[in-house]
Amino acid sequence: MAVEKMSLAKALNESLRKALDTDPKVLIMGEDVGKLGGVFRITDGLQKDFGEERVIDTPLAESGIVGTAIGLALRGYRPVVEIQFDGFVFPAYDQIVTQLAKMHARALGKIKLPVVVRIPYGGGIGAVEHHSESPEALFAHVAGLKVVSPSNASDGYWMLQQAIQSDDPVIFFEPKRRYWDKGEVDIESIPDPLHAARVARTGTDLTLAAYGPMVKVCLEAAAAAQEEGKSVEVLDLRSMSPIDFDAVQRSVEKTRRLVVVHEAPVFYGSGAEIAARITERCFYHLEAPVLRVGGFHAPYPPARLEEEYLPGLDRVLDAVDRSLAY
Amino acid sequence: MTVESTAARKPRRSSKRVSAAKKPASSEPQLVQLLTPEGERVEHPDYDIDLSPEELRGLYRDMVLTRRFDAEATALQRQGELGLWASLLGQEAAQIGSGRALRDDDYVFPTYREHGVAWCRGVDPTNLLGMFRGVNHGGWDPNSNNFHLYTIVIGSQTLHATGYAMGVAKDGADSAVIAYFGDGASSQGDVAESFTFSAVYNAPVVFFCQNNQWAISEPTERQTRVPLYQRAQGFGFPGVRVDGNDVLACLAVTRSALERARRGEGPTLVEAFTYRMGAHTTSDDPTKYRHDDERQAWEAKDPILRLRTYLENQGLADEAFFTELDKESDVLAKRVREAVRAMPDPDHMAIFDNVYADGHALVDEERAQFAAYQASFADASEEGK
Repeated sequence: MAVEKMSLAKALNESLRKALDTDPKVLIMGEDVGKLGGVFRITDGLQKDFGEERVIDTPLAESGIVGTAIGLALRGYRPVVEIQFDGFVFPAYDQIVTQLAKMHARALGKIKLPVVVRIPYGGGIGAVEHHSESPEALFAHVAGLKVVSPSNASDGYWMLQQAIQSDDPVIFFEPKRRYWDKGEVDIESIPDPLHAARVARTGTDLTLAAYGPMVKVCLEAAAAAQEEGKSVEVLDLRSMSPIDFDAVQRSVEKTRRLVVVHEAPVFYGSGAEIAARITERCFYHLEAPVLRVGGFHAPYPPARLEEEYLPGLDRVLDAVDRSLAY
Repeated sequence: MTVESTAARKPRRSSKRVSAAKKPASSEPQLVQLLTPEGERVEHPDYDIDLSPEELRGLYRDMVLTRRFDAEATALQRQGELGLWASLLGQEAAQIGSGRALRDDDYVFPTYREHGVAWCRGVDPTNLLGMFRGVNHGGWDPNSNNFHLYTIVIGSQTLHATGYAMGVAKDGADSAVIAYFGDGASSQGDVAESFTFSAVYNAPVVFFCQNNQWAISEPTERQTRVPLYQRAQGFGFPGVRVDGNDVLACLAVTRSALERARRGEGPTLVEAFTYRMGAHTTSDDPTKYRHDDERQAWEAKDPILRLRTYLENQGLADEAFFTELDKESDVLAKRVREAVRAMPDPDHMAIFDNVYADGHALVDEERAQFAAYQASFADASEEGK
């Protein structure tokens, strides 16, 4: 066993290092990823060790970053691009949606687009506008893309390498407020498949389903509920496209209650999709409607208000209580 | 001092200023030309070309067959066999000239009108019709002819070309990449970003802009206030404007730009100054936005006619050649017509094919559900028997 304790940021850095080391076709591209090592230091030291031809500082142009990564992928490379912040991905949204997502199908499968788009996302770090958003549903809605988000260091390490090895484009959402949380990473163990959900905590009375930054909040909520005698299961979905509905169904058939939690606005969010599917699959098992906890239908607020906007322990527990009251 | 330069110093308020701005940037074209509209061979100090009679006849043949293919596709659209067609009529020289400048190991990123370039790459013309008939969104293997799929979103492919060229340079290969786009696309951010990236990374890419004067109904002066080829200067690489109706000049200029890329000297922007003789697509009605006299003026510059005049005047092609080519055109048109009509609709389940390379649980689930739904009709008709 080779278990090391490290932060999510370090785990991602180690993961990229391993990928660069293993496959000469892997490239890192993005703004400030070279000497600076990225604004969150996820690529720290990589350019020093792998050179400017492998770890490429780019012009400040997101569409250009993704568009040229597509061209490099067509030439046989496996680019991993960094979008500096969630709200900056939109200049590249056209390239991701109209080109990256569809090119494999358009060529009747003759070409592959193994591009990973890494996006630090979500709030909770007191940032300014466009630095705290959770646009995952906008990508999950697009056929041809896969969308994942690790919640901890171990998943950060393994899921990123799995995403790089995938022949499909993967949008890799990194929960930026968890970058500094430490966890154990077994760098030799065989990891779960990239799109499998994981039971983060077992329980019998209700299921909390979450991903990325909200997994930690849900685990805290489950611990608090335990003190009140409620047994809450926490599912870390890990993947938003595809979603491991079988795992959600298994849990809900046991607990009969489901609350989905995410930072993104509830309206048209991934919680809506999960609620609808689970209602179809588990209609006769459910003791309560599937509830959702998430952001409001409002622009992400200024930092002084984000604690109100982000689902915290109390809002999650309130939803748990409402579900159990049915 | 000219009226324009005076006006440029004043705030742009008066309607006079607006009318001056309407003057096309193209009014003083610094064209590289090797063959005049009258079919006279002329010299250019920077670009020379020495082609054998056979090569000259080959260029003529390419242009004639491409035009015939294009006409046949337009007819097929009118007959309801294609949902849409984007004609290249008038742009044969730009496409054949640049296309014949390419080496087999070069890579092409086209827009959706590069039928002549596809021809030069050896792509079967019938392959181009699948997306216009609605049986696929492209369908060919880009790597079998180094000819990428048609790209409909304007200008996107210039970035793909740039990235591909960055990869070529990383591989240490000496091939080059060419990206086609139009005057309308020159307004897109992606084209500007591709200029930036290719210049910064010194990528071996040639940007081949076919300025056909119209982006659907928007004239070039709605896209730019400077001649398009001059854009390159601001990005740090050369730009050159070539007579887009002169196949010899297009060949010479593109060849030179490709060689420059191969030598590791980075990108070049080639603006082929040409004219879209027909509509933007078969859905368009150019009579609503442009005058017939403009088209007539460009008809006098027809790329095929001028080469024919040259071939005839120089005694480089005899009557038998032209007669034979007419027959070959007929055969091509017939083959295209038959191939389109024989093109089967895709299987229902093709909706779910190739959405992902590695598969996706939701696609698998929906495929199974749809298959069961389809099968239910078969079951029902069985029961009805």
